[in-house]
Amino acid sequence: MLQDKVQEVFNEPGCAKNQTKTEKERKKGCTKALKPGAAAGGCAYDGAMIALQPIVDVAHVVHGPIACLGNSWDNRGCRSSGVETYRIGFTTDMSELDVINGGEKKLYRAIKEAVTAHNPPAVFVYQTCVPAMIGDDIDAVCKHATQKLGLPVIPINAPGFVGSKNLGNKLAGEALLDHVIGTMEPEVSTDADVCVIGEYNLAGELWQVKPLLEEIGIRLSSCISGDARYREVASAHRARLNMVVCSQALVNVGRKMEERWGIPYFEGSFYGVTDMSDTLRTMARMLVERGASSALIDRTEGVIAREESKVWRRLEPYKARFQGKRVLLFTGGVKSWSMVNALENAGLTIIGTSTKKSTKEDKDKIKKAKGDDFHTWENLRPKEMYRMLRDAEADIMLSGGRSQFVSLKAKVPWLDINQERHHAYAGYDGIVALCEEIDKTLSSPIWRQVRAPAPWAA
Amino acid sequence: MTHIPRVPTSAKSLATNPLKMSAPLGGALAFMGVDNCLPLFHGSQGCTAFGMVLLVRHFREAVPLQTTAMDQVATIMGGYENLEEALKTIHANNKPDMIGVCTTGVTETKGDDMGGALTLFRKRNPDLAALDLVFVNTPDFAGGFEEGFAAAVTGMVEQLVEPVDYKIPGQINVLAGAHLTPGDIEELRDVIESFGLSPIFLPDLSLSMSGRQPADFTATTLGGVTVDQIRSMGASEFTIAVGRSMGSACAALEMKTGVPCRHFDRLTGLEASDAFIKTLMEVSGRQPTGKIKRQRESLVDAMLDGHFFTSRKKIAVALEPDLLYAVTAFLNDLGADVVAAVSPTQAGILDKVHARVVMVGDHADVEALAKEAGAELVISCSHGRQGAQRLGIAHHRMGIPTFDRLGAGLKVSVGYRGALNLLLDVANIFLAAEMDHHGGPHDLHAPGHAHGQEGHDDAAGHACGGGGGGSCGCNAG
Repeated sequence: MLQDKVQEVFNEPGCAKNQTKTEKERKKGCTKALKPGAAAGGCAYDGAMIALQPIVDVAHVVHGPIACLGNSWDNRGCRSSGVETYRIGFTTDMSELDVINGGEKKLYRAIKEAVTAHNPPAVFVYQTCVPAMIGDDIDAVCKHATQKLGLPVIPINAPGFVGSKNLGNKLAGEALLDHVIGTMEPEVSTDADVCVIGEYNLAGELWQVKPLLEEIGIRLSSCISGDARYREVASAHRARLNMVVCSQALVNVGRKMEERWGIPYFEGSFYGVTDMSDTLRTMARMLVERGASSALIDRTEGVIAREESKVWRRLEPYKARFQGKRVLLFTGGVKSWSMVNALENAGLTIIGTSTKKSTKEDKDKIKKAKGDDFHTWENLRPKEMYRMLRDAEADIMLSGGRSQFVSLKAKVPWLDINQERHHAYAGYDGIVALCEEIDKTLSSPIWRQVRAPAPWAA
Repeated sequence: MTHIPRVPTSAKSLATNPLKMSAPLGGALAFMGVDNCLPLFHGSQGCTAFGMVLLVRHFREAVPLQTTAMDQVATIMGGYENLEEALKTIHANNKPDMIGVCTTGVTETKGDDMGGALTLFRKRNPDLAALDLVFVNTPDFAGGFEEGFAAAVTGMVEQLVEPVDYKIPGQINVLAGAHLTPGDIEELRDVIESFGLSPIFLPDLSLSMSGRQPADFTATTLGGVTVDQIRSMGASEFTIAVGRSMGSACAALEMKTGVPCRHFDRLTGLEASDAFIKTLMEVSGRQPTGKIKRQRESLVDAMLDGHFFTSRKKIAVALEPDLLYAVTAFLNDLGADVVAAVSPTQAGILDKVHARVVMVGDHADVEALAKEAGAELVISCSHGRQGAQRLGIAHHRMGIPTFDRLGAGLKVSVGYRGALNLLLDVANIFLAAEMDHHGGPHDLHAPGHAHGQEGHDDAAGHACGGGGGGSCGCNAG
């Protein structure tokens, strides 16, 4: 049942934050109870979509009234190297009559129509609040459809009201573990196969990393879920090593794959020079420990040496320009410590970062790197953020789209580093691209003009 | 909330690339046109997050929107506690003049009694009597964006406007439908004020969603019609309602206050604008200013210059009902061949839409109809770009959401000037294509499909390829 699944996910031994809690706290779940009238952020269904929609050849069908898909489709920048089925918005668009009569039959017909029109290798069916309330059994419909239509139809049981986006990420991971991973065998398999978990190929970031891995001799056999094909995810259990990217989001997938198939995992990041190099080194070392050729390590060091010398040279011009420039970083989780490092490499001064979504481990890493004087905010309110920017306590803010107007309306430069962004910032090329974007906005001639008073103002 | 189907609905169980947006989102937008207001969704927090992101992407503005954050338990037990807590929290944190509450699929499926909730809240919180509350029923599973918007406007009329026994000379009400952009409202204000009248727009998005620069951070709407102005609408001399969807709000206002109302299904086009100006002349007893007269001449001139490029052009249009009517009717005025008019929901105004096919459907239907008819242009929101790309034809963005073009909120398509803008936008697409290629309009992103399917073989179309008549300037290329 869904409730058991939610409890199981809340009790995640792989999550550092969870392990510091008491039994009672753990039962309450990962996120603080939402305060009506002062809450922000997406729901569990949102989180499930974020985690799985980047699988590009699957038809993602949302079972619910129009709000769940109609208001949200076509709004993320995860890219595909081929098929584009994932970009199509499919929904049962439940009407009043469906609510009264039940939506199961309509859902089955909808799945059938999607299969007939687009011939995907699999269909993912997302449960939402309204059909969950009226008792539509999507597990049963999916089972029936799988038999009738002869292709995997996977129920993703994460209706919005069960909790936060983060919980939805995890429930999506559970669905993959229950129904997808381990159900197919890969066409080829090597002893240097890696699966990257929690990377969504936003703006094509995966492609900034993939060529380096290939050069080293590491094969990215699957990714959950950026630019992924269904078959790759279904055969991900043959990977020799898992890398978990956004630590809290899909750590359950990494841990359970270790339990079931003995695949070790590590948490890594593709952001920033040092983190990128660390990730490559760890990946090579762990693969060699599992029997891959030790030549991997030499090739890794070769690539790192070349790329690092190149990237430092390319970052050099920015250092002088970034002298004394202060950054307010407002993001969560893995990005907070990873980005701090990346930006300081380029000569920027970070005045503080949010730690709302960070684990205890993330926070320790920040503390270790920055000392106790560094500002960390558990919950920085927009009003305070606006004041800091207006009072020129920072020269630029880096954050997600939702807080952009706090910065722009204070007439302070801002850059998007979250999921709606248009530029790719991963790997060595990514950090140069990030610095170029920061430099572009910091040195824009508009700031002086827009801050000047109107002719009629005193 | 149930509509008797008037035009054919797509027979599919699967909506593909939906055109429809939810009713509560429309309600929220209407509330955003009220000053120092905070719209609140009574539902799961995701309902709010998605809606907010969509409006942020369209307007490129901060979007105030809160949630009662219903979880499973609250959903089953009934959401009154969450609603009350949300209202009190918002009052404490943000001090808005008004909170506009929209229900969602979650609370409507459960059947939360909103009327009862309002009474109970007032009884339990006498200290918050000064806080205005407008509750509207906007279930996600009935109707769509335009209905939600209209429900919120009707709700404000019913719950805020008071009948009075005096008139404020020159004050007129404008009930501004969901299809009007902040730019449209600013244009209407200009025109109406030029007759010496002072309009109250309900809602007034031009004051809140057109790029305001705040002096300090605010979590509520910055600008819009004030609650006091809404209250005083009963003292106006006249009401103008724009868009068929404003019908019930218009009727409610007239019944409550006795202020006479004139309804305009559209304000886009020469004759439509003439009727509007004529009304303003009657109400004010004044002649139009020179500026208005010159704008009319410019529109007439643009129709003379532009009809070469719009006549019998095959155009597929997919928009919310009132905007669909305004745009297709104007295209009819220009001699274009509207091959498909697709609406996300049923609406009375669809009876008046003239097109080869009028239906309720999604972007996949638009794509199929456009392909079948050999359409040369699609007019729809940004979501239509993928289909237009696949067909290799041009795409003109109108409606919400428009996230891949700047300034969507400032576009004007009402009045003489607005009709002129729209005419030029559309005609220029065809003119550019003719000048560049002597072929059908094409999409830059799909160079392989530069020419529209059969569009150019249509001998009845503009005879540019044959004669190269001087009027269209073809030879200049």
